[in-house]
Order: sequence, then C-alpha cells, then structure tokens
Amino acid sequence: MPEKPPESKFAPSPPPVPVLEPGHTFASVGDKISSIVLTGRTPTGWFVGFAIVSLLALMLFYALAVLFTTGIGIWGNNIPVAWAFDIINFVWWIGIGHAGTLISAILLLLRQQWRTSINRFAEAMTLFAVACAGLYPLIHVGRPWVAYWLLPYPNTMSLLPQFRSPLMWDVFAVSTYATVSLMFWFVGLIPDLATLRDRAASKVGRIIYGFLAMGWRGSARHWHRYEVCYLLLAGLATPLVVSVHTVVSFDFAVSLLPGWNATIFPPYFVAGAIYSGFAMVMTLAIPIRKFYGLEDFITTRHLDNMAKVMLATGLIVAYGYMMETFMAWYSGSPAEWFMIMNRMTGPYAPFYWLLIACNVVIPQLLWLGKVRANVLLLWVISLVVNVGMWLERFIIIVVSLHRDYLPSSWGMYRPTIYDWATYIGSIGLFLTLLFLFIRFLPLISIFEMRALVKETEKRGG
Amino acid sequence: MEFHAPEELLAASRRTYAEGYRRIDAFAPYPVEGLAEAIGFHHTRLPLIVLAGGILGCVGGFALQYWSSSIYYPLNVGGRPLNSWPSFIPITFEMTVLVAALAAVLGMLALNGLPMPYHPLFNVDRFALASRDRFYLVIEATDPLFDREKTRRFVEGLAPHGVYEVDH
Repeated sequence: MPEKPPESKFAPSPPPVPVLEPGHTFASVGDKISSIVLTGRTPTGWFVGFAIVSLLALMLFYALAVLFTTGIGIWGNNIPVAWAFDIINFVWWIGIGHAGTLISAILLLLRQQWRTSINRFAEAMTLFAVACAGLYPLIHVGRPWVAYWLLPYPNTMSLLPQFRSPLMWDVFAVSTYATVSLMFWFVGLIPDLATLRDRAASKVGRIIYGFLAMGWRGSARHWHRYEVCYLLLAGLATPLVVSVHTVVSFDFAVSLLPGWNATIFPPYFVAGAIYSGFAMVMTLAIPIRKFYGLEDFITTRHLDNMAKVMLATGLIVAYGYMMETFMAWYSGSPAEWFMIMNRMTGPYAPFYWLLIACNVVIPQLLWLGKVRANVLLLWVISLVVNVGMWLERFIIIVVSLHRDYLPSSWGMYRPTIYDWATYIGSIGLFLTLLFLFIRFLPLISIFEMRALVKETEKRGG
Repeated sequence: MEFHAPEELLAASRRTYAEGYRRIDAFAPYPVEGLAEAIGFHHTRLPLIVLAGGILGCVGGFALQYWSSSIYYPLNVGGRPLNSWPSFIPITFEMTVLVAALAAVLGMLALNGLPMPYHPLFNVDRFALASRDRFYLVIEATDPLFDREKTRRFVEGLAPHGVYEVDH
C-alpha cells in the first residue's frame, strides 16, 4: 500500500496576509511612496502635528539653556541619587534605538521579507532616538563644553581617558552605533534619493536630492557592490546592536551597588532594548500608516509579527525580573534582599508594581490572535510597554541608588520641573526630526519594495 | 536600449556579452539577480577592503589602549597589571566594527566612482526612468567591437522598446 505523501500530514494553512498587497507594479510603489514627499500639498495634519512637537522641542532648548547657564543643580538628582532622569532617559532612548538596526540588519540576514516596508522608517527612528540618547550623557557631565575630553586625542594637557571605565566603553559604543546606524540608513537611501531626483518637479528638489544621491545611476556593477556592502554592514551591525546595550548595562553591572551588580544585566538589557524599540516602532507605525494610507505596504502581517517579537522579548524581560528577585534571595546577601524588598514595598513600590503591570502582565494579551489583529489595541499596548520600559530604568537607577548599604546616607529623589521639561522636550525633538523625515525623505525603501513586487508577481499573488 | 521587464534586460545582457561586447553596462531600478554576472562582473574587492578595515580597527583600537595605559601613562592601581586586556575588549570591538563599517561604505562609494554628479547617460531624457520602472542596457562606443552600423543592427535584433544614442 503506497504511503501517504508527507505533506498531507499538515492541513493546508490559510494563506498568510501578504507583506505587500497584490496589484502593485514597479512604478506604482515608487510613485505612491515618493508622492508623500514630492506632490505639492502637505496635509494640514502634518503642520498641526509639527507645530505641537516643535514647541515641545523648543521647551527642551529652553531647559537646556537654563541648565547651561545655571548648572545641574536645577535637576532633582543629588547624592545619594546622583543618576536620575538624565541616565534613565539615556538608557530609555538608546533602548528604543535598537529596533531600527535590529529590523534592518538581523531580519535582513534572516531573510525576513516582512522587514522591507518598516526598515527605513525604523532606521530613521533609531537615528533620532540615538541622537536624543546621546544628548543626555553630554548634558549630564556638568560641563558639556568640555565633553570632548572623553575622546582620546593628542592635547596639551597630556590627558587620555581611562579606557578601563565602562563609561568610556559607553562613549565608544554609542558613538560607533550612531555612526554605523547613520551610514546604514544613508546607504539604504541612496537609490531612493536617485528616484526622488528623477521624479522631483522643482529645480531645488532636483538639486538637493541629486546632490544627496551622488550620481547614482543603478548600474548593475554598482548594484552588485551595493548589495555586498549592505550585507556586510548588516553583518557588522548585528553584533554591534547586541554589544551596545550590553555595554550600557556594564555601566551598572560593573559597579558594586545592590540592584546593579548582576550578571544577568547584559542579556536582560538587550532584550529590554528590543522590546521597547519594537514598541516604539509600533507606536509610530500605526498612526503613520493610517494617516498616509500605507495599509498596502505596512500590512497587518507586519503588525502581527512585531507584536510577536514584543511578546517574546517581553517574556525574556520578565525572566530577567524573576531572576533578579530569585538571585537576591538565593545569594543570601542581606543587602540584595533588602534591595528587592525595598523595590516591592518601599517608598517607590507603586512604580514597581506599575512596571510589572506594564511590562509583564498587560503584554500577555498579545498571545491572543484577536488582540494582535486589533490595530487600536496593539497601539495602546505598545504605549503601555513604552511606559513600562521607562519605569524599569527608573526602578533600576533611582530605587537602587536611594537606599544602598549605609542607612545614614539614604535619601529620596523627586524630579523637578526641569527634569520633566528636558524629558518631554526630548520626546518633542525626536518627533520633530521624525516629522521632517516623513516630509522630506521616502519613509519606505522604494527599491526594496520593487524587488518585493517581483516576488509577489512570481508567487502569483 | 530600453526594456520594460527585468527578464528582457537579463536576456539582452547575456546575448550582448556572448556577442563579445565587454564595455557594456546594465541599469535597473532595483538589484536584479544575476544581472551583474550577465554583463561579466563577478567579483568585487569590497569584502577584502572591509576585512582590512576591521583588522586595522581591531589592532589600532587595542594598541591605543595598550599604549596609553602601559607606556604613555602607566598608572599603578594597587599592583594591578598595566595591560589589563579584558577591560580593553569592548573598545577594541567597537573600533573593529566602526572602521570595518566605514571601510564598507567608503569602499563601496569609491569603487563605484561615486559621488559623480555628471554622467553622459543623464543626457538621455528617458534615462530618468531607470530609477522608476524601466531597464536599460548600454554599449559604450569605446568597446573594441563597436561599429556604428553593425552594433545598431545587433541592438535592433534584441527587440528593445527603444534605442538611444548617448551624447558625450
């Protein structure tokens, strides 16, 4: 008796929602995406949004002006809580900045085609998030006008930085990450800039896009080298993206403070970074696809996949919280155990429980396919995760610092109006840059979408 | 020569190459698989450049830290070794990635001869469509086999949607 063919063991699964809705041609994807940038009228909504976010960015500049003229005494941090909003926000932003390179590089290497329509925009988000992140250590040093002393350069003071310090590692990791992300993003943009150059109706547009496209012609030789370069960059960016948050976690893990000195920090920080990064991509992608009618390109399949990545990384983060607590008990160290008890029942306990709700409990809804298909609910969950990840850094930094080994040096931390103004202002700066990006550059990679058109045709989709 | 589909361009490129033309180039709005091979371009030196960049960054990064803490300004902290190499690894790694990535991007641009604001091809108005949905194949007049009449006859045999002469 002939055996059944092995395929029949599996019930034919319903065809998944495509990553690109069918019916698009080479011309239509390019025209649709570049029309956002090129065709005459900017929607009124853009101006309204831009007005609001640029006002917030102005608030940041005001807060910075006061900071530079007065000093960091305007902030709430003081001994024992010497690191507060500045470092919380630094870690929060740099974490958000991880999704872009992850989507672009790691998913490229894993040949996940669904990355194509979100990578450009996620990379831009990464850049702006890293820019906001980089701001904080600079203003935190107290005398930002001499922040360049952090770099090793020949100088008359015969001064070189202490390379053994994790803070120096941070300088190198973050600046390398910013540079590589910028290059990755720009290299991805070159062919699309050439498309914009050739499609721009105004002379100014042609000159500016032409200048940036550097004379890209789409030669087969150029494409070949281009693809090799892009792949190598992805290969380089992959370990880099993991290393950056690892180094950020070393800032804490290498110290002796209970709540910081833990070996679980590097993987747990990296997972948290990806978690918050995907949450931010989702927070931004959902309104943008709605507003610009890009549902054909950013389909529910993308949102579903991102939700799954969030769920997975969220579980790793939850494991991190669990292990922190377990190790505090298992180590038998009274200081460690006190730290955990202080988190759960101390003066900042409500924030801890809010963190657990935001990062561990609520995201479990993502197990349900119905929730992942509900765009509005996904958006709300992504906001909740953003809040949760900010709280996580608050708990790690402030709550660990405020009560350490020596009860006589305990204290409380309260943010001042300038702390808030700087924080909210940096969100304003981030969104301002994002608004400008959406207005002036193609927010979806056009040439990669063309390749996807070809694939979609082949599949008869 | 203008084509409307990547397959047409690919076939035409292969035939042109088989005919013996070597100074040819193909243009497409997105990377078409196998196109570079079809016009006889197989290997690029780019990976070697990136490797060299990576090695330079790695050695340079470590050397900087070793030199500054062991030779230039040795600081004895409780008898700990001056060359505390484990704590030099993160920066060495970051420098490796940084220099390799710079080599990749700058190397790609340099090998491609970019930035190049002017190119004779831009004189053909329809070439602007090369960044939209059209595919082009170019035979340079400097090709040893190039002969205005013969090449024209050959090109027309490839059934393109349009043939243009490039002024330069």
